[in-house]
Amino acid sequence: MRHRLRRFGAPLLLLAPSLILLAVFVYGLIAANFRTSITDNHTAAQATGQQPVTTVWFENYVALLGSDDFQHSLTNLVLFTVAFLVGTMVMGFGWAWMLDKPDRGEGFFRSIYLFPMAVSFVASGVVWRWLLNSNQGEGASGLNRLFQMVGLDFLQNNWWNNITFGILAIALPAIWQLSGYVMALFLAGFRGIPDELREAARVDGAREWQLYRLVLFPQLSPIALSALIIIGHMSLKSFDLIMSISKPANYQTKVPAVDMYVFKSSFNYADAAAVGTILLVIVALVVVPYLVRTHKAEKR
Amino acid sequence: MSTHVSTPPGVTGEPVGLRDDTARRRFTVGRTAKYAAMILFVLIVLIPVYVLFVTSFKGAGDASPARAWNLPTDWTLDNWVGAWNALSPAIGRTFQMVVPAAIISAMLGSMNGFVLSRWSFRGADVVFTLILFGMFIPYQAVMIPLLELMLGAGVPSGVPSLIILHVIYGIPITTLIFRNYYQTVPHELVEAGRVDGAGMLRTYWSIILPISVPSFVVVLIWQFTNAWNDFLFAVFFSSSQNGPVTLALNNLANGALLQDYGVSMAGALLASLPPLLVYILLGKYFVGGLMSGSVKG
Repeated sequence: MRHRLRRFGAPLLLLAPSLILLAVFVYGLIAANFRTSITDNHTAAQATGQQPVTTVWFENYVALLGSDDFQHSLTNLVLFTVAFLVGTMVMGFGWAWMLDKPDRGEGFFRSIYLFPMAVSFVASGVVWRWLLNSNQGEGASGLNRLFQMVGLDFLQNNWWNNITFGILAIALPAIWQLSGYVMALFLAGFRGIPDELREAARVDGAREWQLYRLVLFPQLSPIALSALIIIGHMSLKSFDLIMSISKPANYQTKVPAVDMYVFKSSFNYADAAAVGTILLVIVALVVVPYLVRTHKAEKR
Repeated sequence: MSTHVSTPPGVTGEPVGLRDDTARRRFTVGRTAKYAAMILFVLIVLIPVYVLFVTSFKGAGDASPARAWNLPTDWTLDNWVGAWNALSPAIGRTFQMVVPAAIISAMLGSMNGFVLSRWSFRGADVVFTLILFGMFIPYQAVMIPLLELMLGAGVPSGVPSLIILHVIYGIPITTLIFRNYYQTVPHELVEAGRVDGAGMLRTYWSIILPISVPSFVVVLIWQFTNAWNDFLFAVFFSSSQNGPVTLALNNLANGALLQDYGVSMAGALLASLPPLLVYILLGKYFVGGLMSGSVKG
């Protein structure tokens, strides 16, 4: 008994504070949030405990998922995520591919491509709000003005003010900000491939594109998956950028995370909590299989 | 791209000299195209930076949209003074919040990472996965009860609340970074301590901590940047009177009055300066944190 205490005592002592905190602040609160989401806690009086709250089970979820308003948010979320993923993967891979072989100025290019990652979405939102100004013609500024100056007038558009595709405009700054991150991941991947492997393929007479298709891409696919998961889960949680570019009240560009904030601001805690749970389920569908898979791979 | 020309001479049966020549020419064209593309991308990536700088020095005379992309006619510091006056209290508060948050979460992450890398028990992997999941959750899914919990516990909004939140929700990533690092520490080092009769706490304190400096730098930078740039917790747990710089900047940029881009762009630059300095001075470690974020160590 004393022996076991010696073996388990110290590690537990070190680990316990964090485990307790996470148990409460992650898993406990997820449960509490779910509890709130199945009540009729829609008013300030209920939120502050002055009026009673009753359980309505899945009424809020049914109402939310059935409303055009929330469906618009979900559609936006899908559009945004697809654009964000495609944009960052293409740019990130392209840059990594160009910088793969050490060459003059490589460090300079890498630093420039990566630096937007260090800036907050709120700060970059300030300048992108200006760049994505919807004015056209005489009053145009931002990118629309730039298009006029270089003779590409036809590219002028109203950016995030478009009802259906406005959200795609917000994906531009997101791509600008995180392509460098994906590049860094792929660069690490490229560097992790032993030179002998490339040489062997070349000696075997593989052409350059065959080398990529048969040797390099399979080696890079775990990295690509990591990048997809990381960017994907960031995208599903997107909030800051949308808040700072188009304000929370903007219908065109709203996503669930923004809805949650708007509900909370009007003391509609039940719907705010329901949106939070829906987001959690979406993220978990993406992340949990990945974590389980990584965990299995590590065991081997 | 120089390793491209690597077919051993004579293998393909072509005259050696000729092959080398064509290869070199093609490779020069390719290289030029590559550089042209890379420079074009640098210009595109830097467009927002140009706009921020130029606009932040513009006065009222440059307000016309026709001059949007021009350099300022009269360079002025008014915007910077305005932004500094609006943001400096919040910048001070952000430092007060970010420094303790980064240090405390680095300490916790180091302890957890050590235990999880050295000590296996049944279900250790499950515990680790459960910890990691905390890194991916959308905080919207805990926000409402979190507000009630913090209010109920009497934690003041603003800096104290934000320190606590960044520490707690930083545990997964800091644990991951340290665990991955400690797994690379030779087993013999820890064993040596055990033979000498040092317990786990002792081993951690006198053997592991001293060699953890690189990981501490990575984690401190990561947490510093994350907490500095955070907006979500700031919006829910602070106000313009006691909030960090992201909140103040957002209020400045989306103020009730007519939008003043000069001031808000100067403000955006001011608010980005600390993390950018960290990136420029300690870029290597910054990238180290990024890599660990990809779960696989």
